[in-house]
Parts: sequence; structure tokens; C-alpha cells
Amino acid sequence: MSRVFVPGDALAVALGADAVAYALRNAGAGIVRTGSRGLAWLEPLIEVETAGGRVGYGPVGVGDVSALLNAGVLSGGAHALRVGRVEDHPWMRGQKRITFARCGVVDPLSVEDYVAHGGLQGLKRALEIGFAATIEEITQSGLRGRGGAGFPAGVKWKGAADAQASRKYVVCNADEGDSGTFADRMLMEGDPMSLIEGVAIAAFAIGASKAFVYSRSEYPHANATFQKALAAVRATGGLGPHAFGPNHAFDIELRIGAGAYVCGEETALLESLEGKRGQVRAKPPLPVHAGLFGKPTVINNVLTLATAPWIMANGAKTYADIGHGRSRGTMAIQLAGNVKYPGLYEAPFGLTLGQIVHDIGGGTASGRPVRAVQCGGPLGAYFPPTLFDTPYDYEAFAARDGLIGHGGVVVFDDTVDMAAQARFALEFCAIESCGKCTPCRIGSVRGQEVIDRILAGENREANLVLIEDLCQTLKLGSLCALGGFTPYPVMSALKYYPDDFQSATAYDAAVAKR
Amino acid sequence: MTKRWDPAQAEAIVRAHAQLEGPLLPILHALSAEFGCVPEEATALVAEELNLSRAEVHGVISFYHDFRREPRGKIVVKLCRAEACQAMGGREAAEAVLAHFKLGWGDTNGDRSVTIEPVYCLGLCAAAPAALVNGAPSARVEPARLIAAIEAMR
Ligand SMILES: Cc1cc2nc3c(=O)[nH]c(=O)nc-3n(C[C@H](O)[C@H](O)[C@H](O)COP(=O)(O)O)c2cc1C
Ligand code: SF4
Repeated sequence: MSRVFVPGDALAVALGADAVAYALRNAGAGIVRTGSRGLAWLEPLIEVETAGGRVGYGPVGVGDVSALLNAGVLSGGAHALRVGRVEDHPWMRGQKRITFARCGVVDPLSVEDYVAHGGLQGLKRALEIGFAATIEEITQSGLRGRGGAGFPAGVKWKGAADAQASRKYVVCNADEGDSGTFADRMLMEGDPMSLIEGVAIAAFAIGASKAFVYSRSEYPHANATFQKALAAVRATGGLGPHAFGPNHAFDIELRIGAGAYVCGEETALLESLEGKRGQVRAKPPLPVHAGLFGKPTVINNVLTLATAPWIMANGAKTYADIGHGRSRGTMAIQLAGNVKYPGLYEAPFGLTLGQIVHDIGGGTASGRPVRAVQCGGPLGAYFPPTLFDTPYDYEAFAARDGLIGHGGVVVFDDTVDMAAQARFALEFCAIESCGKCTPCRIGSVRGQEVIDRILAGENREANLVLIEDLCQTLKLGSLCALGGFTPYPVMSALKYYPDDFQSATAYDAAVAKR
Repeated sequence: MTKRWDPAQAEAIVRAHAQLEGPLLPILHALSAEFGCVPEEATALVAEELNLSRAEVHGVISFYHDFRREPRGKIVVKLCRAEACQAMGGREAAEAVLAHFKLGWGDTNGDRSVTIEPVYCLGLCAAAPAALVNGAPSARVEPARLIAAIEAMR
């Protein structure tokens, strides 16, 4: 009987994948639960192993199963839901899958499958060439941190490698809190072994024997899968007392946050791991010198670490040859919100925002015109269609007061009320502030009141000046980017959508006309 | 569903985690899982076991949204309030669900059957709006269907 691959990814499960897997298994199919390929609008997207490759069907509901079986789905038969070989799908063909090459393809819990698909080659090479050459390779690749700040990964690793200490740590930031992002989650569910390998490479490179992966409580599925993946690798000896060779120990521990966005900030995360309130630390000292428990620590995002194995296996140059400007390699673009074809699209840097939203995303799901796109999570600016020529690259976005961040692209149609979005940015800042800086803690609350007054028509001109001043204070008087970047969504809303701030009813009237 | 506070069991939970590096969050999570919350009584116990001050432990419990002093209801509904869900009608969906159960954010109803909590992103943004009902993910949430599903569990 041919095998059927059914995603066990949380998004596919939310859309009924478990019931589909159950029904197919009852019909005698051999089921392999995989991660997601990232074509979210086709989920649950099942794939059937045939002589001509893996043929996809989607979106499959449990009610479709008997009709699919009648149509001969188990041998790739014709049916309205058949999408053909998933690799040949236009949405996949436009991509360059490096970090996500195995996601949705392999059994995430099988070390054997991982190795059969090229896994462990990167770590093997790192162990062969030694730590200094490994760091050099990562540096030469141009890989930058995918968590948001885009800091060169190799430089960070070198800093920690050079630090003298009895104990060092690698910490993986899996606290993916930005709205509109889900790449870390997908990877932990679909190809957790690549993260484990990446963390291992980093640990070997800096001389750490212990690593933590700090995930979030909002991701119960990803955490369960990752925990199982750790156990599977440990069972092979890949983690444990002889992970890097005889008596060369290394292990990874999964830790779960407790619902605080600010714990994604690296120093707040370290505090949290130590069992403290998640408050941001002043720098210096940098974590590479004094991080977790005061020891030299490399802290990197999931995607940064999970890309390291590919770079080690394929060479720095191969990676560095891809990309745009100073943004090398690929980015896992996460298309979400009101968009027709949402999902994960991994591509070299350099696509324009318009290409991403229209050509790849297909415009809005509602069919209405696109009015705003928020890139880079809750601290990223709202871009109007007039900025759609901006290339997707760290510097090009920054030049327009925008943010690539962790790769989130959230699309809104023309019913969006940008005053409400600006107000929400401040509300979110107030809710999630760690409390250390007054502008962030108090200013964000005042800001909401000022917007309310503007909309109520109270001293409009004076309050418009006040909100600008407040944003300026936030930018300058904040220790971290939560307070420091909240002004960007607020100011971009004011700048590009001034009409929405005319009055509380102006928005309703305008929408009625659109 | 949630157990009553049991100091002996709580102590066993604390001791089972005490050897971890930085054990406080894992301990608070484990207590929460067992008792549905981290009750006041836990502060002193945890402080003593870990050799911390009560103020420190209290400070940590109060910092994180996940740690609550009062038990949650039988059904915990986490509704996403963040931007990607807003773009797909998340605000309106959340209002409808809250209104149906006559609850505000974070509240539990009188018979302790339902708690509705805000979350800021569940990573299901490509099928917004999203929710988590007792840990089970739900996407493209339609209020009427979600309400019916919750009612069926009550
Ligand atoms: C408020 C705030 C939230 C953050 N959230 C995350 C996050 O969820 N995941 C992440 O990897 N980085 C996050 N960062 C960035 C981290 O501070 C840090 O730059 C990153 O983990 C470093 O890893 P990288 O160099 O691989 O990107 C956040 C920063 C701030 C200020
Ligand atoms: S800006 Fe806000 S979140 Fe960041 S350190 Fe200051 S108070 Fe804390």
C-alpha cells in the first residue's frame, strides 16, 4: 500500500488534518505525519507516494476522504483537489528552499529520514574542520540573525568562542512572538532535527556543552514535537555524554516561556531562563561575554541556527552567492493576514514588497484592494502600496523606516482602520512592557489616550504634535526595541493614513464609501 | 478538573525540578498544570525550597501572563488579539465570543466552566483568526462555530 503523508503541523491540525489522517489510516493507507510545506491555503495538504513522485491533494477535509478513495487517491488518481506534484506547484517552484528544504517532506521524528535527506552532513564537516574554521565558514556565508536585528551570526559566535570561561551556553530563541510569523514553529514541527544540528554546530564552535531552546507556551504542538525529536536524537547518542566524540558531551534542554512577548528580547529571555522576571538587561555586558548565569552565551534565533547545517554542508560561498545587497542567503517570508495565498515562502532576499503581496500572495483574501502591509511584526511600520517597490532586504526596509524583522508580512484590505492599528500598537506596548523604562511603561498608555482625544476632536492640532513628541521620547528613552520601535507602526499610520485620524466617525464614513 | 491545593504534592513537584539550572519557571509551569493556577500558598513553599525570598517568587509569578492566582475554568479558550488575526476579523470574532459568554478578557464565568484569555499570536496567522481551546488549535475561527464547540464541551 502506498504511503500517504499527512501534515501534523499545528495549522493543518487546526484545519482538520488529524481526522483526515485517521480516516485514511482506517482505509488501510500507511500514514506518515510530516510538517507543513507552507502552502497554508491548501492545508490539510496530503501527499501520496506514487511512481511519479509525491502527488498532492488539498485542502482535504475529512468529508472528502471517501470520494478521494473512490477516485483512486492512493495511486495518484484524478480528483478536483489534486494539485499534482507539490514540487511542481508554481508557488513552490518560485522558492529557494534552504532552511525549509526538508520541512513537510520528512518524518520530523525520524533520525534515519533526516540523514537520508542530507541531515548531519553539516555537523560532520564542522567536527572535521574544527571550531575556528567553522566560525570562519559561518562568517563568510554572510548569515545574519533571523530573529529581527540581523546581526552577523559569525561575529557573535567568534565573540563567545574567544571568551575564556569554564562554562558556556548556546541559547536558541524560539520565543517567536511577532504576529504574522510562524516559521520557527513550522520548523520545530516539520524539521526539528535541523535545529538540533544547528544548535550542536554552534555549541561545538564556541565550546559549549549545554544549550537551551526557549520556546513559548502558545506553541504546545511545536513543543511536544521538539521534545520528542530531542529524545529521538538522544537515543542515537547524538545528544548526551559522547555527542561530539568520546567524552565530548553536549545536550539540549527545551524550556517554555510563560506568555511574555518581551522575553523574545535576548537579555529578557536570559533573565527568564534564570528564573527571574523577564526584564531587559542594560548592555554592556554583551551576552557573548556575560550571558546566561553570567557565562559567555550565544543566543540566536531558530532560523539562524537551523540554516547553519546547510551552510556547513554546502559551503559559505554557495550561501553568500544568493541574496541582495548586504542581505545574503534566503529569507523565510511569512505571508499572513488578509491574503489569498498565505504561507511560508522561502526566497532569496531582493523580491519587492509588491511582488510578495501581489504575485506570491495573490492580493487580499477578501478580494478588496490592499491598503496596508505590516512587515516585521508588531514593531514594524505599516507600508502603503506606494512603497511596494521596496526590495526585501534589511537595509532597503530600514531606509524607509521599515523592518524585515523575523519575516512577517501581514496584509490588510481597505476596511482597516489605521487609527485603531496605531492605538493597538501602543496598547500592545503597554501590555507587554517589562516596566523598566518610563516612556515604554507609561508613555504607551498616554499615547492611547492621546489618540482617543484626536479621534474625539479634542485639541486635534496640539494632540497631533503631542503624539509625535511621545513617539520621539519612546524612540530615544527606551532600553530595548519594544519601546524603541513601537513608534514605527504608530508614526507610519499617521503619516500614510492621516484621514483615518480625522474623527471617530470619519473612518466609518470612509469605509462606507469604499 | 483542577485539583485542590496539596502541599505535599506541591513539594514533590518542586523537588522534582529543583536540580534544573534556573528551575523556577519549570516549577511554576508544573504547579500550574497540576493545580490550574499558582495559588498564594505556593509562594512561600517555592521560596523556601529554592532558597529565594517570597518577594522574588511573587515578583516572578506576577510578571508572566500565564501564571494566575485563581484557577481557570474547565475550558480555557485563548483567542488571538494580534494584527494578523485583526486583518481577518479577529476583533469582531473575539467580541462575539466574549459577549456570548458575558465575559471580559481573562475572566472565568460563574460556574467555572469557561475562561477566555487573550493571546498575542498563536503562529496560525496564515489561517486567521486563530484560537486555542484547551490546547487544541483552531483556525479561520467563526464565532458561531467556536461558541457551539465550547458549549458542547461545557
Ligand atoms: C521586544 C523584542 C522581542 C523579540 N522577540 C524575538 C523573538 O521572538 N525571537 C527572536 O529570535 N528574536 C527576538 N528578538 C530579537 C532578540 O533580541 C535577538 O536579537 C535575537 O534573538 C538574536 O538572534 P539572531 O541574531 O539569530 O537573530 C526580540 C527583540 C525585542 C526587542
Ligand atoms: S523599552 Fe520597554 S520593554 Fe524594553 S526595556 Fe524598556 S520598559 Fe522594558
